[in-house]
Amino acid sequence: MSKIKERAKTAANKKALYGPDIDLAGFKKDASVRDYTPEMSGLSEEEQKNLVEAGIVTSRGERLCSYLLMDHSPVHCSVSQEGVELLSMDDALEKHDGIKDYWWKAVDVGTDKYTAQAEIDFNGGYFVRVKAGVKATFPVQACLYVGEEGIAQNVHNVIIVEEGAELQLITRCTAASHIGRGLHVGVSEIYVKKGATITSTMIHNWGEDIVVRPRTGVIVEEGATYMSNYVLMRPVKSAQTFPSVRLLGKDAVARLNTVLVATKGSEVDVGGSVSLEATGTKAEIISRTISTGGNIVARGLLVGHKPGVKAHLECNGLILSEEGCIRAIPELDGRVAGVEMSHEAAVGKISPEQVEYLMARGLNEEEATALIVRGFLNVKMEGLPEELQEEIDRIIFESGKSVL
Amino acid sequence: MLLEIKDLSVEVEGNEILHNINLGIDHGETHVLFGKNGSGKTSLLMAIMGISRYKITSGSILFKRTDITGLPINERAKMGIGMSFQRPPTIKGVKTGELVKLINNGGKSTEGIAESLNISEFLDRDINLGFSGGEIKKSELLQLVAQNLDLVLLDEPESGVDVENIKVIGKVIKSLLQKHLRRQRIRAGLVITHTGLILNYLEADRGHMLLNGGIKCEGNPREMFEAIQNFGYEECARCQR
Repeated sequence: MSKIKERAKTAANKKALYGPDIDLAGFKKDASVRDYTPEMSGLSEEEQKNLVEAGIVTSRGERLCSYLLMDHSPVHCSVSQEGVELLSMDDALEKHDGIKDYWWKAVDVGTDKYTAQAEIDFNGGYFVRVKAGVKATFPVQACLYVGEEGIAQNVHNVIIVEEGAELQLITRCTAASHIGRGLHVGVSEIYVKKGATITSTMIHNWGEDIVVRPRTGVIVEEGATYMSNYVLMRPVKSAQTFPSVRLLGKDAVARLNTVLVATKGSEVDVGGSVSLEATGTKAEIISRTISTGGNIVARGLLVGHKPGVKAHLECNGLILSEEGCIRAIPELDGRVAGVEMSHEAAVGKISPEQVEYLMARGLNEEEATALIVRGFLNVKMEGLPEELQEEIDRIIFESGKSVL
Repeated sequence: MLLEIKDLSVEVEGNEILHNINLGIDHGETHVLFGKNGSGKTSLLMAIMGISRYKITSGSILFKRTDITGLPINERAKMGIGMSFQRPPTIKGVKTGELVKLINNGGKSTEGIAESLNISEFLDRDINLGFSGGEIKKSELLQLVAQNLDLVLLDEPESGVDVENIKVIGKVIKSLLQKHLRRQRIRAGLVITHTGLILNYLEADRGHMLLNGGIKCEGNPREMFEAIQNFGYEECARCQR
């Protein structure tokens, strides 16, 4: 472990490859300690309201696996599914010696100052492990909540889906409605073992002055599937993330979907990379971004190492305001003959032809535009639980109305 | 009179396409527009619908005795005007069935119509995404049925459609234009046709021929179509009655 700490220290001032540089000294390292609550109904009314608005199910029964980190304190952790282990990271580190095999193995601690800080000033996180062959019936929901003004929250999560197992993971990140500034650094290391499947949906619900730096690394083994959905519809000061997925086993599959709206004042730099390192692997990266005044960089990188691998990348953006801008940067990197990789990128506006077509059917201009926007954001996210799909549809439906 | 077009001139990107058009359609009537490519037929339909690219420079359009010349497209639709587009835009992520439901204005059960058009299965597909020529025509018709209109503007409903499907489309248009009714027939139609095939499916009341942006001949649609076939558009214009 000491080697890791050392490596972290050397990266403590290393700027990130992408996104605006953040002065980490501007955020408080300490936060008040919060009490553990066996039931989320034990939280204050405002907190519960914030959580519910972010989509967290606060009552037991409906969702049986929940982890809640408030500021630096694990406030709640409950699990009652056979074969699904959900622990606060502090407990996991104590309990599982084997965790060191997964600690900073999918993400390099020396990546940048944010990964370094997550190690040096580690505040918490969650550990999920689904045992071999177990198909988890209920999703695991994890919520990372920033409630104290001006703090940095440094999170490190490890997710392991063992051979042949299945998991739906829903991560919701939110900030208290009363707070202004805050920084969230979130390292997630995801291991999808042979034949396993994970659908990881991340819904961000921050605030106008919150800075977010998720750092995600995923290792996918033979015949396994990694599906990721990232949804950001609310304001954020700056969000930058570039998950790196490595398909190491034969026939592994990765699919990354991003749906986001950047409002005025938001700087969003998101995307992902998939490295296809084994034969028969497939990948798809799709992003639909809308600027209503914010600045967006939509990235995507596919690297093909083996003949016959197939991958496709789509970065589509709509600018709906005079002020916003969108840069779409799709990259393909074929390292060997016989790869099949393609991309399409488009940044534009809503065509008047589409609007008038719908108006000719009786919709007014606003209704027509909202319908087109909704359709644009409507990415097919496979394998979502029905209620989550409905929720995302609703968020998109509302954003269709609110972007006007 | 349901629709009254008076001295209408229309320009597209600064070029005048239609010059002083006069045309009237009454309740329950079906009118046919003939004319060679580029004669201005589609422009006339677009101008009636209110599509912004087709700018009215003079004249007026009255619908149900109200001047609609400056009315937004959706207001015209609400008043009962609808149109089938030749090349409608694709709208990704929105299912055709969803739009049909949304615009249903007390029209017949659209499921039944979808079935008779053999398009039930593509109600689940994105609007116009990857539709074949025939599928576009059918989907446009389905939407018009749902809208429950008083005046339907059909832009070449049979072009690009195979022989078998022309029959299907012809039947639906016949029923859309309430040909099964006599006295109670209310819905009117203005139909563009090149091939004249659609005339085999509906009794049209009157024909108009457009040439170089003006109406050059009017009369019995079957006689006119025969004359055009035998002598060409120019010749037909010369025999102006």
